Amino acid sequence: MAVTAQHQPQPEIAIGLEKVNKWYGVFHVLRDVSLTIHRGERVVVCGPSGSGKSTMIRCVNALEEHQQGRITVNGTELTRDVRTVERIRREVGMVFQQFNLFPHLSVLDNLILAPTWVKRVPKKQAIETAMELLERVHIPEQAHKFPGQLSGGQQQRVAIARSLALKPQIMLFDEPTSALDPEMIKEVLDVMVELAQGGMTMICVTHEMGFAKTVADTVVFMDQGQVVEMAPPSTFFTAPKSDRTQKFLSQILKH
Amino acid sequence: MSRPFEETPDQIFAREEEPSEGHHLPPKPHRRSVLWVLGAWARKNLFSGVLNTLLTLFCLWLLWETLPPLISWAITGAVWQGDPAACRAAEGACWAFVEDKHRFILFGIYPFDEHWRPLLAMALFVGGLAVSCYPPFWRAWLAGLWAVLLPVCAVLMWGGVFGLTFVSNDQWGGLPLTLILSVVGMVLSFPLAILLALGRRSDLPAIRAVCVGFIEFVRGVPLVSVLFMASVMFPLFLPDGVTIDKLLRAQVGIILFTAAYLAEAVRGGLQAVPRGQYEAADALGLGYWQKMGLIILPQALKISIPPLVNQFISMFKDTSLVIIIGLFDLLTTAKTALSDPQWRPFFVESYTFVALIYWGFCFFMSRYSQFLERKLETGHRRT
Repeated sequence: MAVTAQHQPQPEIAIGLEKVNKWYGVFHVLRDVSLTIHRGERVVVCGPSGSGKSTMIRCVNALEEHQQGRITVNGTELTRDVRTVERIRREVGMVFQQFNLFPHLSVLDNLILAPTWVKRVPKKQAIETAMELLERVHIPEQAHKFPGQLSGGQQQRVAIARSLALKPQIMLFDEPTSALDPEMIKEVLDVMVELAQGGMTMICVTHEMGFAKTVADTVVFMDQGQVVEMAPPSTFFTAPKSDRTQKFLSQILKH
Repeated sequence: MSRPFEETPDQIFAREEEPSEGHHLPPKPHRRSVLWVLGAWARKNLFSGVLNTLLTLFCLWLLWETLPPLISWAITGAVWQGDPAACRAAEGACWAFVEDKHRFILFGIYPFDEHWRPLLAMALFVGGLAVSCYPPFWRAWLAGLWAVLLPVCAVLMWGGVFGLTFVSNDQWGGLPLTLILSVVGMVLSFPLAILLALGRRSDLPAIRAVCVGFIEFVRGVPLVSVLFMASVMFPLFLPDGVTIDKLLRAQVGIILFTAAYLAEAVRGGLQAVPRGQYEAADALGLGYWQKMGLIILPQALKISIPPLVNQFISMFKDTSLVIIIGLFDLLTTAKTALSDPQWRPFFVESYTFVALIYWGFCFFMSRYSQFLERKLETGHRRT
């Protein structure tokens, strides 16, 4: 990524949402969502279920279409043009709640599929990169197993490695630990913390408030399709401005 | 709760043996006699309850009643060689009929002296199929093998070159014809079915409408009428002087008909692939054909194996319907062989013979599909 930065000046803003609106039928999921995320910024999005937080990040890589407003990723406006969409998806990695690994392919094949087919990286080089990534997520020994033979935590780490294999500049996490057993959450969060410390631009939808406190530059609270509050974690957790944020925090920090 | 059928042979062994033997050494598995193992197995599987015992006894009685007459008809009382008179005199099956007519049944009216050609072509063809069935061989050279094999088979069947006399495909018949119609039908209808299934789920309304229309129309009519249309009506629409071979027309009819059914089986598989798989492929920036070819179809087709094979087996047998447009497939030749007045009474033998051939191929397909399913299992249940 440093190479491209030298050739052309990169915009400071990694992701920009301006007055984004989206409806599912008559249900208004996103209401005038505006958000600016700078390069290297780590954003945690939280909020009650159905608040539109997943939908919002899924709009960023066009898994969902927004109906009004502007979304820009690395300076490119997201349109319905297939080429634009595919280019943006190559720059934006995504990790899903349900991992969504390809069950018919080995872990290694999961990792090299997109680089070899989408970026035309030679297979040998793709395998080297993949093994490095598996080292980074601490499971190189699982390379030749199938996803179905791994634990949930291991699968999610493979999924993170798979997204990283395309060398994305931005990573989206859609509740990456919600489907995991409690004892596996830490191993996934550790990988995410390491990634954040490496300077990756990240948007992470999560309920892991500990993660938000240690890693996030900004915490965004969403409710009923709106961004209600946006603040650095220090202020967000100690002095939330809105009533809805206070109520949400009191509910989830009670335990 | 101790129910007999939940006991393992070891438990049964322990319970029965110890009191009678009078010593307390634990039973050693290697000492168990064959009879004991059989007895334990029978008790567990055949006589585990009142109902099961009754059913077992009923089945034994049924076998007792049917098996001896069948053996005496098919084997001990059968006439293996001889003329129709010998058959009439005998009680059992007249395999002499098959002996006498097998070449006609297998090859139809293909010139008698040239029968080695369809035989060799069939051997090569079936050999090629057998090689293609083995997953480690699914490499580029396999396509090369078929690129050589198919022309060789065509040359053998048609001739006209290398000093082989020309045999028009009007004279093809029997097993080669059945194999050609069904295998070519399977191989060509399958990709068409995949395209139809993808088209039916397309976001583009025009493509979807065409695919839905085709599938629903073809599924709505019987194969017989498709063949009939291909044979009788289709030529009426062609300009004068243009003719399309009858065999080719039947083949196209079979391909289109089968594709419509297979498409629905494939679509079922496509629907069973979790949404997350589509999204993961999208999120990695794969294009539509990459997504389908690398991610979705490998999973969808694996799920669809049982209905696909169901359809393949059914279509293999349905090729026998080409009789209505005058093609001599295996079943037709078997029937035609009976038109010899001397052999006319021995239709059971004739049909048994071809039934065994059909069964052999269908049974292979069924076993092969089970093998494939196991082979493709990667230990995942859900994602």
